[in-house]
Amino acid sequence: MASRDDIKFLSNPTIGQQRKKYCRFKKYGIKYIDYKDSEFLLQFINEQGKLLPRRITGNSLKYQKLVAVAVKRSRHLAILPYVADLLK
Amino acid sequence: MNHYEVTFIIDPVLSGDEIKSTASTYETLLKDQGCTIVHVNELGLKQLAYPINKKSSGVYYCMEFSAANGAAIAKTELSLRRDERIMRFLTIKLDKYGVKYNEDRRNGVISAYKKKESKKKTFDGAPVAGPAVAAPAPEVVKEEPKVVPVEVIAPVVAEVVAPVVSSEEE
Repeated sequence: MASRDDIKFLSNPTIGQQRKKYCRFKKYGIKYIDYKDSEFLLQFINEQGKLLPRRITGNSLKYQKLVAVAVKRSRHLAILPYVADLLK
Repeated sequence: MNHYEVTFIIDPVLSGDEIKSTASTYETLLKDQGCTIVHVNELGLKQLAYPINKKSSGVYYCMEFSAANGAAIAKTELSLRRDERIMRFLTIKLDKYGVKYNEDRRNGVISAYKKKESKKKTFDGAPVAGPAVAAPAPEVVKEEPKVVPVEVIAPVVAEVVAPVVSSEEE
């Protein structure tokens, strides 16, 4: 009979696991978020041009606020759209 | 001394000389008010993300300057607002990281974080070397080293995992 140890490996134990999210700004020491760098900011908005939540990006609160400010600045300067469809 | 940065979009309908003279008027305007121009960045003609004044493109200019206080900004913004050639403008105050970022970008160094990381951890040496080549989007390239190791581990555990992991990333 299969003992408990065998059953454990019948399915892949890593399938259900989520990768640990991290704040890239803290990890890589990025201190300033440039509002002119649209390529970089695209990582923090969804297809409609809305800001992605921290829940998804993993940013720390401090840097999420800075990201939000940078995105809003670049929207004002028409570097990023206010509303969009199929942005990515 | 505070550092500021003013970015504005000039009407692309104007001729090349007119665009240059528009930019230089604001440069002199700032200088007259006792500001020192650190750098004038011509970002050039760019496509706008949405139409402004029924125009779909604009010429971007970005001036970094330092001043003792923000007194000069009110006057500059007023003239920017009154100027018909200017489609949009934005003035921001740079913090010390912003100053350093702009400086590094001008010198071709990507930014401060690259130095800090190589100091902190030596085993990150190989991934760091990649972004150093690609100056315009260092952060985008940086994501890859993190992603790759996970995919490398996944096939070892089970081959089924590989498609699952890639779909999650999207």
